[in-house]
Amino acid sequence: MDLGPHATYIWSAYAVVGVTLLALIAWLFLDGRRQQRLIEEIEARGRARKRS
Amino acid sequence: MLAMQTQTLTQRLANPSNFMALSARLLPWCWGLATALLAVGLYLAFFGSPPDYQQGQTVKIMYIHVPAAWLSMLVYALIAVSSFGFLVFRHPLADVSAKAAAPTGATFTFLALATGSLWGKPMWGAFWVWDPRLTSVLILFILYLGLIALRSSIEDEALASKLTAVLSLVGIAILPVIKFSVEWNSLHQPASVMRLGAPTIHPSLLWPLLVMALAMTMLFLAMQLKAMRNEILRRRLKTLRRVAAESAAGLSQQPAH
Repeated sequence: MDLGPHATYIWSAYAVVGVTLLALIAWLFLDGRRQQRLIEEIEARGRARKRS
Repeated sequence: MLAMQTQTLTQRLANPSNFMALSARLLPWCWGLATALLAVGLYLAFFGSPPDYQQGQTVKIMYIHVPAAWLSMLVYALIAVSSFGFLVFRHPLADVSAKAAAPTGATFTFLALATGSLWGKPMWGAFWVWDPRLTSVLILFILYLGLIALRSSIEDEALASKLTAVLSLVGIAILPVIKFSVEWNSLHQPASVMRLGAPTIHPSLLWPLLVMALAMTMLFLAMQLKAMRNEILRRRLKTLRRVAAESAAGLSQQPAH
């Protein structure tokens, strides 16, 4: 595909969008997993305390 | 039971537990639809649309720049509506929505500025000019950063929510400034899609743009639902920690038998 003399600007623009959005999505998934793990840990500690 | 039946749809959705259940079902569809629309949009952008008669192939930057710019304003409007809902109706989910949308809105605004800059260099000969449209979008970006910074700088979460909501309502004045700034001696081209009368853009360029705009809006919807779920989990975790700390303090104060 020939994008002409300004191909660098076009590819750079798409790369910035792709990398930034992928980073945001990755952060959202990692953050969600972290919150879920911390909730499970605190609930497990609560159950252990009730048993003892 | 009667109270449950008389709840409106908004009230049912405003319940965090109902929201978590509904969003869990919706999210896979939103991600899937966003991916499919992005694939179609990118195909149309690169293989199904001609170069512009004046701008050549750089018009391809429009397919990501314009949706990012639209979303930067749409997300801010969502934050303002959510803030209004929080301040007036005290819906906790409205505050969750406003908080969750701020980083995404800031990201789309950054992308609008960055892609605009990369489009401006070959077309205007400069990455940046202090043009009314560019400057007002930069102010919007700073406003987003201000909302995020204000909320994270106040430890009392209820106070942080109220102050951030007030700032976001004050900041909504930037939206009409951005919209009409192209008419104030601007280098930026005037509106060619969202205007009174028919769009002035050729259908061969308009269709890929509309598909990409829909794709990025769907992507935002998926990210917003995910960010709201994360925020609800964060608040649940905070409550669990407080309850655990109170129960530990209660046990330590009980007299030994």
